[in-house]
Formats: sequence, structure tokens, C-alpha cells
Amino acid sequence: MRCEMKAKSILAVAASLCMMLGVSACGGSSNPSAEGRVYMISQKVENNDQFVELGKQFTKDTGIAFNVVSPAADSYEQTLKSELAKSNAPTIIGLDNNDYPNWAEYCADLSGTSMYKDLKDPNYVLKTGDKVGAIPFVLDRYGIIYNKAILGKYFHASWASLHSVDEIRGFDALKTVADEIQAHKDELGIKGAFTSAGFESSSIRRYGDQLAHIPVYYEYRDQGRTDLPPTVSDKYVPDMKRIFDLYIKDETVPATQLSSATFDDAVSEFSLGDAVFIQTGSWAYPQLKGQKVEDKDMGVLPIYMGVPGEDKAGLTISSNYFAINKKIPAADRKATERFLDWMLTNDGARKIVTDTMGFETPFKSYSKAGYKTRNPILRSNDAYAKRHCYDMTIRPLPSQQWSLSLGNAMLEYAQGTGDWSKVQSAFVDGWASEYKTTHQG
Amino acid sequence: MVSMVGRSVRRWWGLFTLPTVLAFVVGFVVPFVMGVYLSFCRFTTVTDARFIGLGNYRAALSDGEFWHALVYTVAFTVVTTLVVNVVAFAVAFLLTKAIRGANVFRSVFFMPNLIGGIILGYIWLLLLNGVLAHWGRSITYSGVYGFWGMVMLYCWQQIGYMMIIYIAGLQALPGDVIEAAQVDGANGRQTLFRVTLPLMMPSITVCSFLTVTNGFKMFDQNLALTNGAPSNTSELLALNIYRTFYGRTGFEGVGQAKAVVFFVIVAVIAVLQNRLTTSREVSA
Repeated sequence: MRCEMKAKSILAVAASLCMMLGVSACGGSSNPSAEGRVYMISQKVENNDQFVELGKQFTKDTGIAFNVVSPAADSYEQTLKSELAKSNAPTIIGLDNNDYPNWAEYCADLSGTSMYKDLKDPNYVLKTGDKVGAIPFVLDRYGIIYNKAILGKYFHASWASLHSVDEIRGFDALKTVADEIQAHKDELGIKGAFTSAGFESSSIRRYGDQLAHIPVYYEYRDQGRTDLPPTVSDKYVPDMKRIFDLYIKDETVPATQLSSATFDDAVSEFSLGDAVFIQTGSWAYPQLKGQKVEDKDMGVLPIYMGVPGEDKAGLTISSNYFAINKKIPAADRKATERFLDWMLTNDGARKIVTDTMGFETPFKSYSKAGYKTRNPILRSNDAYAKRHCYDMTIRPLPSQQWSLSLGNAMLEYAQGTGDWSKVQSAFVDGWASEYKTTHQG
Repeated sequence: MVSMVGRSVRRWWGLFTLPTVLAFVVGFVVPFVMGVYLSFCRFTTVTDARFIGLGNYRAALSDGEFWHALVYTVAFTVVTTLVVNVVAFAVAFLLTKAIRGANVFRSVFFMPNLIGGIILGYIWLLLLNGVLAHWGRSITYSGVYGFWGMVMLYCWQQIGYMMIIYIAGLQALPGDVIEAAQVDGANGRQTLFRVTLPLMMPSITVCSFLTVTNGFKMFDQNLALTNGAPSNTSELLALNIYRTFYGRTGFEGVGQAKAVVFFVIVAVIAVLQNRLTTSREVSA
């Protein structure tokens, strides 16, 4: 009797297990379509809706399924990590120079694609050895965006030492302007020359990453290389201190409150006309447009910090890249390449990319067909290009941790709880140790 | 004589427990075993891991920030365990006396517990920064500010919950023992410390276990309130592990090793604490 009961209960367990497995087998797998699929993971959070729109158009034109996710910047790599482990992994991976080395082994060689052949300058790509790992699809520019209307008021003031923006061709001129504006801020009806240099997690990258790219650019130039060096010198750290001191002296809030000031705070200070300068880039345009500061009132200065010859500097250029996941079925790869071709040749696609997204693309086919963005921050560079200024290109940093530690050291210096030697050490020693821990072994 | 229900349960127990067992296996056993295995591997995505032995543990234990986070967490747990339990007991003691509106107060004190940690963290971030702005500071000014901010937040959230457990314990106290103490001439203080507290030890065991383990594992409030700023000085262990795992590619294994070490620490402390308080339990 007992034995029989045991047998029955085992049977019951087995039967229900089978049922469950059956159910999950039905729900879990879907038939891969012969046409393949395109699944994009994008770093352009602010353009997510437009990518969805682009995808809809693509599906309508070709019948191939398109899907896009855009995780927030601080959780991007973590989402990518878990998405890549899934069976329906992303086919297009969005990357920037900093992330690329971490994911290079997942990137397929793109040297045979038409997107690669369509590049105006093949040097823009990210490579591992001879493999073309990632191709830029958008060129961003950043610098110190200024409010032309308020700056105009300053130029006409009796106490102003400078009278035209063309006179601001280096750090000393910028400092004079900022200091004088700060001293007369009430007269100009503003709260400070610069927006708050916030170090909250949404804003810390502006300093530990974007600002740090300027000394890093010159360091790469001096070392004569474009790939990650194992060490950097402290030669340009004092220059970074110069501009950073200016940011935290001539700004809208006390430096002791910077630890919780957000990027949105800075954007709203600029948009409401409470400050003249904000250090950010063309990606912030969707947030800046349609507010109190009109497009025609936005100008951009390069980030001057007193490096010799910087009067010939243009805006800093950074890119976002597409890579194709190496570990996907052939049909998906084919569908993905078809999507990229379509983006280059289809007029509807080019219109969305240029006008709605406001992207400046590095492709010959776009400029040949006359597609040019009206984003005022990107257009500001035209004047620098005309003067034959050099682009400050962003170069690889050893790791995200490096910029975070640097940002934190800068914050402590700004609020007076640490001194500049910590920043210098985070820059120089931090570079060497991050290189060692993440790029060797 | 076994009832009909009892017989079906005996025969079909396998079927009844199956959903829970499956959920437990899928949600706990598999990730746990995988997690321990992965702590010995170098990996980026969990599906392609390479076994490397003890390297991750060496890296984890030689990380200064890990030790800072450990000390910070221990200090946090000690302070919050004391404050939460003492205050919760005092409030429960007051609210079991006949005061007007005791039920209203009970609900009010319990409410913070119903709010999620992340939301709570952001609300307190606004509150604390609003107050600190008076002195031109903010909560992430230094690790010390963050510490006391988190202590306040955590106590505010946990006191109500522990209070409910203590109230249940106090209401279940046998009245005759207390009465006997009063007849024998014990004053209020003697009754509290010699009679009530020893009889309350089971509740104290439960509450201190919960506060110690919750304090050690605290994550969302830390993430929302300070996110470790400045320079990871306000970082508790759980956040340190999370940041190690996601901060640098190639450090997933190190984060995983830290998580295993963390598990061992929490398990050992919880068992010790449970033994210690259980041994003081008495029966009336």
C-alpha cells in the first residue's frame, strides 16, 4: 500500500514536470524567420523614439522585424552584458571609444560592408588589429556652449574688456570674460557665468570624462599614437586645473553643493538664461531646444585651457559607433547588413536621421544627396572648420572606472575636502593602474 | 484514522510542493550554484565563462575599497540595530499602554515600511539636501554625512516594522507573571528589566535578526541616497559588490567572489546572533 502510494506520488511529480516542460517549450522558443531580424541596442537614449520610427519604416519597406532598446548611460554596459547572453541577442551593438575594447571580441569584421566603404574618412573606425570592429554613424561635437544674447549684452557694457566673440581665442580671454561677467552678474540679470559643475551621477561624466578628454587628446598627440598608451604624463594636468578652477569659481551655486547638482540643473540654468556658459555637446540639443534660448542664440567655444597653440583648436569631436554582433545566425547578419545599407540609401531613412535625429553623419552618400543637419551646436563648428582649426578627437580612456575616480577626485577638490594632488594622481597613477588591471592579463 | 484530506495530501504531496520547489530551484538554487561557480571564473556574459581558480578572491580581498565598505557596513549595522530595536521597543511599550489614538499611531509608525527603498531614498535625498543647503552642504559632501543620512532613513523605515513585532510580543505576555511581580512589590523599572524583557526575548531574537541582516544587505536606499559618493566613501558592501561587477569589464568574477565572501559573512553573523539571543530566551 505504502509502496504503491509512493509510486503514485512519484508518477504525479513526473507527470506535472512533463506538463510544465511542455508548456515552457511552447512558450519559450519562437521559429527564427528565414528573413532574419534586426535587434539594436543603442547608446543614444535621447533618440530612442526616432530609432523606433526608423525601424517601423524599415519593416514597412522590407518586412524584416526591427527592435531597439536604449538603456540609460550608467546601466548601458550592464544591460548589454545580459542581452548578449540571451538567445535572441542584439544584432547591432552601439558603442563608443571607451566601451569598444571591452566588447571587441563580440564585434564582427565590417571591412566588407558598404557602410565602411561609404565613410568619408576610413580612419574614423575602431579597429582591433586589422579587423574593422565598429563604424561611426554619428559625429558629435562638444565644447563650451554660450548664450549669444547675454554675451552680446556683456560686449556692449562699458566695463567689458572684450567686445566680440572673435576675441575669445584662448583661455586668458575666456577667463577675462567669465570673471567680468561673474563680477557683474546682477547687472546682467544672471546667477553666474557658468552653469553648475554638477557631480551627481548624471553629470560627473562631464568632468571626469568629457573635460579630461582634452588633456588626454594632447597627451596622445605628444606620444604620437591613437591606441591606448600604458601611461600618461602630468604635462597637461595643470591646464585642466586652470579651466576647472574657472568653472567652480564663476558658477551659479556654491562649490560645496556640487556633489548633488545634476545635469538637468545645469541644462535648466542655461535654458532659463541664468548662466552664459555650459560645457556639453550636440547630444544635449534635444534638451536645449524650444526653451528660452533660441537656436540662433547658441554658439560654441572650444574648451580652452591654456595649452600653447590652442587658438587653432576647434570643437571636440566624439562619435557613436555601430558594431555587428559576431555570434548571430547568418540570416540575422544578412538582415542587419541590409538595414545598414537601407539607412545609407533610403531617402526616408536619411531624412529621419538628419532632420529628426539631428545627426551629423560621416557618410559620403549623405553629403552627396545634400543631407546636412541644422543642429546649431554642430553648425557652430563650420566657422572653426573654415579657419582650418584642428579637431580635438576623443581618444580611448583606460576604463570607465578611471573617469569615475578622476571625477570624484575633482569633486573633492572643488568642495574643499581634497587637494589637487589627488586629481593629478587619479589622472596619472590611476591611468597606469587601470591600464594594468583592465588591459593586461 | 487519517482524514480524506490528509490522505490526498500524503499521496499527492509531490504535486502540491512542486510549484514552490520549482520556483525555489529556478529562483534560488540554480543562481546560487552558478554564482559560486562563476566566482572562480573570468567572464563577461554568464554564458561564456573560463575557469581561473582563486584569482578573483585574491583580487577581491586585496581591494582597499572592499575593506572600507565592510567596516562602513559593520558600523552601520551596529548603529542601526541598536537604534532601531531600542526605539521600536520603546514605541511598542508606549502604544500597548492605554493611550488615546494608539491604533492611529501604530498605523502611522508602520507606514514608512510600505514605501519602496528607492523612492524613500530619493525623498530623503530631497529632504536632507534641502536642510543641508542651509549650511551650503549636500548629503554627498562626505562619507560621514552619507552615513548619518542612511542611518536616519533606515531607522525611519524599520522602526515601524519592528514595533509591530514587539507589540505582538507585548500583547502575548502572560498577565499573571506581571501581576505577581507587582504583588511582590517590584517597581516599574524592575518589572521591565527583570520580567518583561526576559519574556520578550523571542521577539528580540526575531527583530535583531531582521535588523542585522537587513542592515548588512541594504542596497536600494544606499543607491538612491548617495550612490557611494563622494569617491565611494559612503558605499555599503552590497553597493560595492554591484559596482565591482558592473564598473569595469573583466571584473565580473571579482564582484562575484566578493558576493560569495559577503554571503559567508552575513550567514556566520546571523547564525551567531541567533544563537546568542536564543540562548537568553526564557519561558514563563
